[in-house]
Amino acid sequence: MEGPFRRLEAVLFPVTTILMIVCLYRVFLVVPNEVTMGVVQRIFYFHVPSAWVSFLAFFVVFLGSILFLWTRKAFWDVLAHAAAELGVVFCGIVLLTGPIWARPVWGTWWTWEARLTTTLVLELVYVAYLLLRGQAQNRAQEARLAAILGIVGFLDVPIIYFSVKLWRGHHPIVFKTGGGEGLAPVMLVTFMLCMLTFTLLFVLLLIQRLRLGMLRDELAGLLEREQLLEG
Amino acid sequence: MKNLGYLFWAYTLIWIVLSAYLVSLSVRLSALSSQIRRLKSRLPGGE
Repeated sequence: MEGPFRRLEAVLFPVTTILMIVCLYRVFLVVPNEVTMGVVQRIFYFHVPSAWVSFLAFFVVFLGSILFLWTRKAFWDVLAHAAAELGVVFCGIVLLTGPIWARPVWGTWWTWEARLTTTLVLELVYVAYLLLRGQAQNRAQEARLAAILGIVGFLDVPIIYFSVKLWRGHHPIVFKTGGGEGLAPVMLVTFMLCMLTFTLLFVLLLIQRLRLGMLRDELAGLLEREQLLEG
Repeated sequence: MKNLGYLFWAYTLIWIVLSAYLVSLSVRLSALSSQIRRLKSRLPGGE
């Protein structure tokens, strides 16, 4: 597994770095100010991709947890754990940048409207997931309980996505279907570029975090072997 | 430009969070790698 990861990393690292520089250049020097929100709307270009990546990460947790419960292969548990940590980081970015964007636009840092509340719940569920992993009695129990929480927690993601339509709050609908004016082409290109860059950054970080999980398993195996030899 | 401070803080926080995570990841990775190397050298048949 290490060989393909190394090769993928060798490609992803320079590509993601270059794309990130292009994104920052476009966000700060190319896209025009949005008419109603002004300069602060530029937070959107990193806020929404962070939300997308956190959803993607929690989907990987969901998928990894199902595959672990089904096959009992440790790899899927390590993958789910790695993705959960990244999901919490990116969801944390969403929860930090959202209020900074909301303050000048809505006049308040936080409001208990549906999308914000359900996003906070999502973050708390996966923080609990990470805390649970450190509390369980043994590795098998930890993996089984975490997998159940990883699957149940993901149910919040579609609720967040549809919350703007279900309970009309302040939060704007990013992807409009049907009529209505969307983003200007230059804004749309920048936004899609940021989405791609954040997705690649997620894959790059996931590989690193996956390596950490595998090293932990290797260390546990070595410690077990040492104890056997000493005992 | 109005509200430039909010934009500055949003992007600064994003980079602080991402950098802190990268540092924590690399510290954990190097600590584990060296622990594994030490153990392997102690165990019979290790490198």
